[in-house]
Amino acid sequence: MAYNCVVLIKQVPDTKRVTEKAMNEDGTVNRAALPAIYNPEDLNALEMALQIKSEFGGRVTVITMGLPAASAILRESLYRGADDAVLVTDRRAAASDTLATSYILSQAVKKLGKYDLVLCGRQAIDGDTAQVGPQLAEKLSIPQMTCVLDLLELSGKTITARRSIGNGWQEVKGKLPVLLTVTDEANSPRVAAAKCMMKYKKARSRAEVEAEVKGANPGANEKKAAELVDAACKALESQGLLIKQWDLDFLGADLQWCGRSGSPTKVHRIQAVVLTAKETKTITPTQEGIRDMVHELIVDHTIG
Amino acid sequence: MIKVNRKGEVWVFAEQHEGKLEETPLELMSKARDLADTLGVKLGAVLLGDNVKRLSTKLIQYGADKVYVVENGLLEHYQTNSYAKAVYDLVHKYEPQVMIYGATVTGRDLAPRVASAVKAGLTADCTDLQIGDHKTTDGELHDKLLLQIRPAFGGNIIATIINYDRWPQMATVREGVMAMPEPDVHRKGEVIVEKAHVSADELPIEILKEHRAEKKVNLKGARVIVTGGAGVGSKENFRLVYDLANCLGAAPGATRAAVDLGFIDRDHQVGQTGTTVRPCLYIAVGVSGAIQHQAGMSESQKIIAINNDRDAPIFQIAHFKVVGDLNKIVPMMIKAVKEKA
Repeated sequence: MAYNCVVLIKQVPDTKRVTEKAMNEDGTVNRAALPAIYNPEDLNALEMALQIKSEFGGRVTVITMGLPAASAILRESLYRGADDAVLVTDRRAAASDTLATSYILSQAVKKLGKYDLVLCGRQAIDGDTAQVGPQLAEKLSIPQMTCVLDLLELSGKTITARRSIGNGWQEVKGKLPVLLTVTDEANSPRVAAAKCMMKYKKARSRAEVEAEVKGANPGANEKKAAELVDAACKALESQGLLIKQWDLDFLGADLQWCGRSGSPTKVHRIQAVVLTAKETKTITPTQEGIRDMVHELIVDHTIG
Repeated sequence: MIKVNRKGEVWVFAEQHEGKLEETPLELMSKARDLADTLGVKLGAVLLGDNVKRLSTKLIQYGADKVYVVENGLLEHYQTNSYAKAVYDLVHKYEPQVMIYGATVTGRDLAPRVASAVKAGLTADCTDLQIGDHKTTDGELHDKLLLQIRPAFGGNIIATIINYDRWPQMATVREGVMAMPEPDVHRKGEVIVEKAHVSADELPIEILKEHRAEKKVNLKGARVIVTGGAGVGSKENFRLVYDLANCLGAAPGATRAAVDLGFIDRDHQVGQTGTTVRPCLYIAVGVSGAIQHQAGMSESQKIIAINNDRDAPIFQIAHFKVVGDLNKIVPMMIKAVKEKA
């Protein structure tokens, strides 16, 4: 029996690789200078979906909500074997917290029609909340299995998985459709397949085409530019290379639940973490130096 | 969501497993007590399960004024849908203004489900909670809000989040960041038993097997911790970390890098995705000091860092800086400690 999987993915700044280049002079991080990457645990989610496809057949559709630049991770998903890619992009979605994001994503998943499994990475490395998965499941009214380590069995409409419970694990069974959040311990994501790369490297979303047309025809008026964009998109579509692009109107989303107005949580303040210079004692790396340090710590009762 | 209710209580989700209260909700009790006192409202604990009413006594001793107990055979084992429904019903009946959960695997599974159903705001993984005022860009003042403080962006920033109109204000709080309060055995409180409106339909998941392992090491309770990083080089060389830990009566810790390299078990991991610790003495051996690691130990009272690289970020938060080869320095430390013993 074939299973249709929907994978939600996110493009994030690479917060784990804060090098000198991304540091401001005052020791804070220059977020804009961080390279944009495929959220690591979302790759694990995609991998799980692709393994299901290999074993049972079915289609894997990836969806991302983001800026047009996020089309890049949709392409990377196609390179790995995903069948369909959808970009949800709309200025009015900006500043969405997890509640607004999960609402918008739920509208997109509902638009896809029938699905058997929804997969997400457990959490994104910028927000670190792990909230969108469960909130999306609630909005789709489907059960959730979080922190999935292994897919043990898929048979008929039943799924059995092993999940982490912190200091141990649990084997759980449920009836499809179900939402899974996948951890980085679940699998090793495959790399792009050369054949898929050759096929999909020219895949584009409409927003990307618009930017390309504008760049190549700086003098063109609006009407001419629109004609060129339409023609280019039509050509891409006929080759199966047009990445679907949906906005909030297409999704029938209620704007009061999107963006800033749809977000109950708001930022009051942000403080950059500065690597503080404390009163540091430099210890000579000799037996004497070490002995003196240990002595000091015994005298003030740090070492019992 | 519930409308803004200034008389609403502060609630803590009292996570229990097999009839025993989890540590994290207890850790939250003294902070929750402070918040309730500052707001001038009562502190309630929410206890779900089967045959768990007797745990109310402990919750009251740890600071709760009220314990809302929802007991039902169907709630014996945690499951998302049934627990989320029970909490949802309680929230709509009693309209608390704040609800906090431990950021345990269960807390992070349950809280977002509840928040979505209630259409309220939720902030994950807070390291501090305060009461404060917020002014919007239009100059509107919202006073006495829950300030939800948490690291974000991989630990590179600290964000303070607020929710002024879609209540309850909910947050999950990281383990180990709040100190366990002292119980007051004479404290009295009220136990309110609520009916669970849960049916078998709200149990879509079947738990087939479960395996809990006692943590191999108690990092949170350790007075001294000796942590090895990737610089230690190998699983065999971790012996240096264990030897130093042993002679100091310390717990051995590890960075995420050392764990990923297979030098030591994940239970020993200190850091953003491991355990947060605040020992009297933290000795970092061959640890570079990535922000995600610092997030888990920067509040240690005294920090000794040993690293060959004089530019390692760990030195910026260390009280004692030892630039050198750990293979030479650690034996020197062991010798010095044993001499004084």
